[in-house]
Amino acid sequence: MPAEPLADRALPLPDVAARPDPAARGRRLPVVSLGIITIFVLVAILAPLLSPGDPGEQSLRNRFKPPVWMEGGSSRHLLGTDRLGRDMLSRIVWGSRVSLTAGVVTVLLASAFGAAVGLVAGYHGGTVDAVLMRVTDATMSFPVILLALILAVTVGPSFTNVVVAIAVILWARYARVIRGQVLTLMGLDFIAQARIAGAGAWRIITRHLFPNTLNTLVVLVTLQIGYVIIVEASLSFLGAGIPPPTPAWGSMISEGREFVTSAWWVSGLPGLAILLVVLAFNLLGDWLRDTLDPKLRQL
Amino acid sequence: MSVPVIEVHDLRTHLVTRWGTIKAVDGVSFSVAEGETLGLVGESGSGKSMTCLSLVRLTPRPASHIVGGSVRLDGDELTTKTEAEMQRIRGRKIAMILQDPMSSLNPVFSVGMQVREPLAMYHGLRGATLTERAAALLASVRIPSPAARLRAFPYQLSGGMRQRVVGAMAIAAPPRLLIADEPTTSLDLTIQAQYLGLLEELQDRHRLAMIFITHNLGIVSRICDRVAVMYAGRIVEAGPVRRIFTAPAHPYTQALLESIPRLGARTERLTAIEGQPPDLARLPGGCSFAPRCPQVMDRCRTEAPPEFEAGPGQVSRCWLRAPAGG
Repeated sequence: MPAEPLADRALPLPDVAARPDPAARGRRLPVVSLGIITIFVLVAILAPLLSPGDPGEQSLRNRFKPPVWMEGGSSRHLLGTDRLGRDMLSRIVWGSRVSLTAGVVTVLLASAFGAAVGLVAGYHGGTVDAVLMRVTDATMSFPVILLALILAVTVGPSFTNVVVAIAVILWARYARVIRGQVLTLMGLDFIAQARIAGAGAWRIITRHLFPNTLNTLVVLVTLQIGYVIIVEASLSFLGAGIPPPTPAWGSMISEGREFVTSAWWVSGLPGLAILLVVLAFNLLGDWLRDTLDPKLRQL
Repeated sequence: MSVPVIEVHDLRTHLVTRWGTIKAVDGVSFSVAEGETLGLVGESGSGKSMTCLSLVRLTPRPASHIVGGSVRLDGDELTTKTEAEMQRIRGRKIAMILQDPMSSLNPVFSVGMQVREPLAMYHGLRGATLTERAAALLASVRIPSPAARLRAFPYQLSGGMRQRVVGAMAIAAPPRLLIADEPTTSLDLTIQAQYLGLLEELQDRHRLAMIFITHNLGIVSRICDRVAVMYAGRIVEAGPVRRIFTAPAHPYTQALLESIPRLGARTERLTAIEGQPPDLARLPGGCSFAPRCPQVMDRCRTEAPPEFEAGPGQVSRCWLRAPAGG
């Protein structure tokens, strides 16, 4: 053998950090959605400091005060008051805690469980896969709202029940998507190579399959947070969600719905808050998807 | 010849499909000694890869089963081992290099993380020693500036380079037997030649027994000591590489050799082997090559030929080689 180094002669290694990622080129950070999300997250964390008053404090003399920019509005209640004279701004600020926590906690629970099911099903294949996927199909065919209503009626509405009801259904989506990805990965040589190198099921799932599904998982999680916020709001709207007096955006919309013509802000402002947050999460999710893997269009 | 590292005797692996049971590996026997290279040649679907996957018991499940035969590694029977015991043999004793360099490395981890993994697993190395050994391992497969390459990700490397990394991981133990399943098919010719040289070098250094799966007879003549030609799950001819190339005994081997284009040969057309590879679910009785064989005899269609001596160290499963009066 010649002692001289063979082909693939030492080229200077391209510096990963310095070179712009081709996928990200021309696609700047989604400043608007990141901004909205950051603001709402800060508001939720700092609610006790930012809230101008007690969100539960009633003042029947000050019912249906309009926001400050409208005729009859006052600077004491910047966003007006609801039918019990409670300060709208305080309620929206505190309500952000409910919505964001519900969104994040539910999605984390659902994605952890769903991803685990998808990984196991895709890795083992055969009977294990068939059984797990039929359970997934059955779960997906069950309406979230119905389950939440049943829980609300039988156990009583609570934050935990909302999270559980949504997560118990939502995991199926993750299981299906992740399993599909795992099936593709299983056909690739590096999995076979890992097996031949003596790796067991646990090692292959955690070291080889899971890291390769992270892109998909991050995109799906981001997109689903918006969805969960909407579902939580719908449940609260129906009275099966976060029980009063905790301020939740969904129940606020519901409380104001009889007065939309005379006092639109009671329903409209929490509605706007939901719209902004969900839109921001969806835009961020879309951006992540396009940046991380343009092939994930179907998500 | 020295003591065999791997001895395969009458190995049978069946695949259960909805079209019936396929005898993917049908009574295969061979052995490979330390420092020796056995070429496993045959068309696609002839059972080369299934044979090798059967050795490490990683044939696709639940469809396939090893139904009989024995595989001995340094005298140790593998077919009766538990899955946990097999996991300690895979990689440590028997390593394998697969053919697709584009997907043989995990895309999300750096080369360093992937090369360190087998070293940590087999030798329990940690920390700086581990990184040092990983770099040394890359250097041993002639990867330039190995310390820098450890930080690279697979997508930053060329196909030839990745295949070297895979080679480095395969010899991390180092194993007793290295199975190379068409490792050079997707590399271009110059890189191919270099990679073969590298494999020979690694083999010499670690006294590896090597099984080289390929359908490229040129590669066989270059690096193999002995050749086994597979057809429809059986080894139809086996022998020293020189004998197989100069005096092929089986009509299938002869046909294979005639279908190689030769530089300077004044033939008008290349000879192709008539007919299609057999449907393994519906093999004819008798010799499975009989329907395509130019020298077929009545006996071939009814009776499967056993192995006949065809020369020094050369055997052929063909009635043509039957001793007279046999």
